[in-house]
Amino acid sequence: MSVVSVQLGQCGNQVGQELFDVLCSDAQDGQRNKYRAISCERFFHQTDRGELEARAVLIDMEPKVINRCVSRATKCSRWSYGSSSHFSQKQGSGNNWANGFCVHGPRHRDVVEEMVRREVERCDRLSGLMALMSVAGGTGSGFGTYLTQCLRDAYPTSFIINHLTWPYSTGEVIVQNYNSVLTLARLYQLSDAIVVHENDTVHKICSQLLNIKHISFSDVNRVIAQQLGGILQPAFTTHSHGFYSRSPIDELVSSLACHPEYKLLSVSSIPQMPSSSIAFTTFSWPGLLKHLRQMLISNTKMEEGIDWQVRPPSGAGCTGSGFNRSVANLLILRGKDVYSTETSGFEEPSLYSSWLPSVEALNVWKCPVPFHKYEKSATLVSNSQALLRPLDHIVAKAWNMFASRAYIHQYIRYGISEEDFLDGFTALEQVISSYKQLC
Amino acid sequence: MEEGVVNEILQGPLREVFDSTQLLTDVSGSGNNWAVGHLTYGLAYREQIVDKLRRAAEHCDCLQGFFIIHSMGGGTGSGLGTRVLSLLEEEFPSVSRIVTAIYPSTEDDVITSPYNSVLAMRELSEHADCVLPVENQSLLDIVNKIKVMADGAKPGSVIKRDSTIISGQGGLTGPEKPFDAMNNIVANLLLNITSSARFEGSLNTDLNEIAMNLVPFPRLHYLVPSLTPLYTLADVSVPSRRLDQMFSDAFNKDHQLIRADPKHSLYLACALMVRGNVQVSDLRRNIERLRPTLPFVSWNQEGWKTGLCSVPPVGHSHSLLALANNTCVKPTFIELRERFNKLYRKKAHLHHYLHVEGMEQSLFSEAVASLSSLIDEYQLLDASKGRLTPDAARLSIAT
Repeated sequence: MSVVSVQLGQCGNQVGQELFDVLCSDAQDGQRNKYRAISCERFFHQTDRGELEARAVLIDMEPKVINRCVSRATKCSRWSYGSSSHFSQKQGSGNNWANGFCVHGPRHRDVVEEMVRREVERCDRLSGLMALMSVAGGTGSGFGTYLTQCLRDAYPTSFIINHLTWPYSTGEVIVQNYNSVLTLARLYQLSDAIVVHENDTVHKICSQLLNIKHISFSDVNRVIAQQLGGILQPAFTTHSHGFYSRSPIDELVSSLACHPEYKLLSVSSIPQMPSSSIAFTTFSWPGLLKHLRQMLISNTKMEEGIDWQVRPPSGAGCTGSGFNRSVANLLILRGKDVYSTETSGFEEPSLYSSWLPSVEALNVWKCPVPFHKYEKSATLVSNSQALLRPLDHIVAKAWNMFASRAYIHQYIRYGISEEDFLDGFTALEQVISSYKQLC
Repeated sequence: MEEGVVNEILQGPLREVFDSTQLLTDVSGSGNNWAVGHLTYGLAYREQIVDKLRRAAEHCDCLQGFFIIHSMGGGTGSGLGTRVLSLLEEEFPSVSRIVTAIYPSTEDDVITSPYNSVLAMRELSEHADCVLPVENQSLLDIVNKIKVMADGAKPGSVIKRDSTIISGQGGLTGPEKPFDAMNNIVANLLLNITSSARFEGSLNTDLNEIAMNLVPFPRLHYLVPSLTPLYTLADVSVPSRRLDQMFSDAFNKDHQLIRADPKHSLYLACALMVRGNVQVSDLRRNIERLRPTLPFVSWNQEGWKTGLCSVPPVGHSHSLLALANNTCVKPTFIELRERFNKLYRKKAHLHHYLHVEGMEQSLFSEAVASLSSLIDEYQLLDASKGRLTPDAARLSIAT
């Protein structure tokens, strides 16, 4: 089954381009015909000349980023974007969610929907749609939300997931918190699952684990792309009986988004290190999984600086200090000896809510093919309290700004009223409260 | 409304750049009178101006914004300039209007400049999306500093030839006119604002984003520009400034294009637009470093807008333009109001204005009231500085 991606805005397009690069180079590495065939069917279709073309639609309101993505993809000559599947305008959305949602959205709806439809029709079977975007800017967040709404209408029974990049907390765009609130509140109604990467966390991974001196956006995006690749590449699920699972999106959604109130997913993976150190490192499954488990419960996204004191609370207590409770987890193991791994550490009922048995809450996917030059690697997608703090931070700052009505006139200009903001705040406070009271 | 300057441009090296059908001149000038520029010429040339604006706009593939560049002290610039501004608002309501306004120095040769400036201020407050105030005095200070550093070099060699795209003596030899160096700084300001729209970058910023991010309240749209590196514009052996120094410089008074004291006032928002080989990690590091020294308004503690453009200006490895929406413009405005009141109390020169058809004295009082309310708005924000404002109570969810 295939996945159609929609890349929106500068961030979405850059992440998307890196993602296809990772997916393609991973699939073509080595002699693993079945793995390659499944991966390619998922994300690429073959042209008449046998070349790979990404199942993607690129959308931005200004042309520079898309031109660059298209030409970079063509230059690497392993794969390319379809010549008629990108759409750009001359003028950006100006960091204004309302501009993207109320102006550009309705104006370009038909063209863009048609492009997506064409990609969907090229798939033999559709596993789902994935929209890649940021929440800070105008095009990704505003237009992206509008398009998600349109796609929901057009494909009511398909799975739609959104991958969101959350901005640096010390500002990239001053109105980023407003844009984030408006985006998240709407997407929560529309999307089946929301996968989140925070720039701050990824930046830390780049500097502390990968030892990159001058971190650029493409370094950050590459880390995001690799983590996503670790999720989306073929693997054996519990129920796939020795075959690669056919559909990553619906398997992902059904494993993790089991309750409409809880759909924020965070990703962590292990190991992450500069490629020069790999040769000097030995990996063992018990070691990796022990680290990953502690990363999960202490809510750390890096294997360095983990707080080993944090333990799941014993008894009926709702919160332990610093303990991160999960609704559901999906553990994906790739590499040598995956079949003999011991994952019972993730099965403890105390990690999860009381209303979902841990047998249901934990899913494990395995794949004997190593991913991205690591002999053994593990990726954890977690629907947990991990994003509670950053979400609370975003809402608090936006609310503070809203209290003085700063910048509101810019949104009213394009038709987003104060009530729309209030609705957004209410919806997110509800989400925060639900995650907080998880037990 | 004079032919002299426009004709000079037409004979200069840039004559190919301008379309001769897009020029509008009269013979008599506005006589340093805002009313003549705004009302008399504004009315007489209205059709022609609109026509020319439309024609220019039709040539554009995608119209992003208008730059309006004028002085505040004179007659044509302030009067007709602000008239053009409101015409643009009527004709192209959704296209952003960014005004670069040159404010007169305290010792100014135009006696009516306070009148003109205050009258023009009202128009700017009401009709512009962003105003970048620039003071002649600051430009002069910068130019003088460069000259001192140039250490007696010939005046003609002060400005690096290939780093400038300006009117005047561009690639020709010959004595430099005194304003060229100053105009060059303003030209570089505008070049840096548009660079991200013109070149590639890993974090693009287009013109609309400037107003979107920096203007929290519609009238408070006066942005203090500062530009680095400035000294290296000079063709002299200034020790090469390190990247971090560039960021510090941007918050140094010497690099501001208006005399003000942002560090002791209140930041509402700040934009950093970087060009050249600078990565996001450099940007983050410097923001973290500078943040503690800069007072931000309570609801916008992280009020940074950042842009990264990978193409540096010609002749440099990197450059930085900082635009700050800061209450530090208030003293400039208060000073302007005082100078206005000094004249207005005695009704000095008023008759020149009232002669002009359509000009009424109420326009003066309204203009000064508009300026006062602007000052009050800044004052209100300033007063909130340092006071610990409790966070607004969050919405609570019934469980």
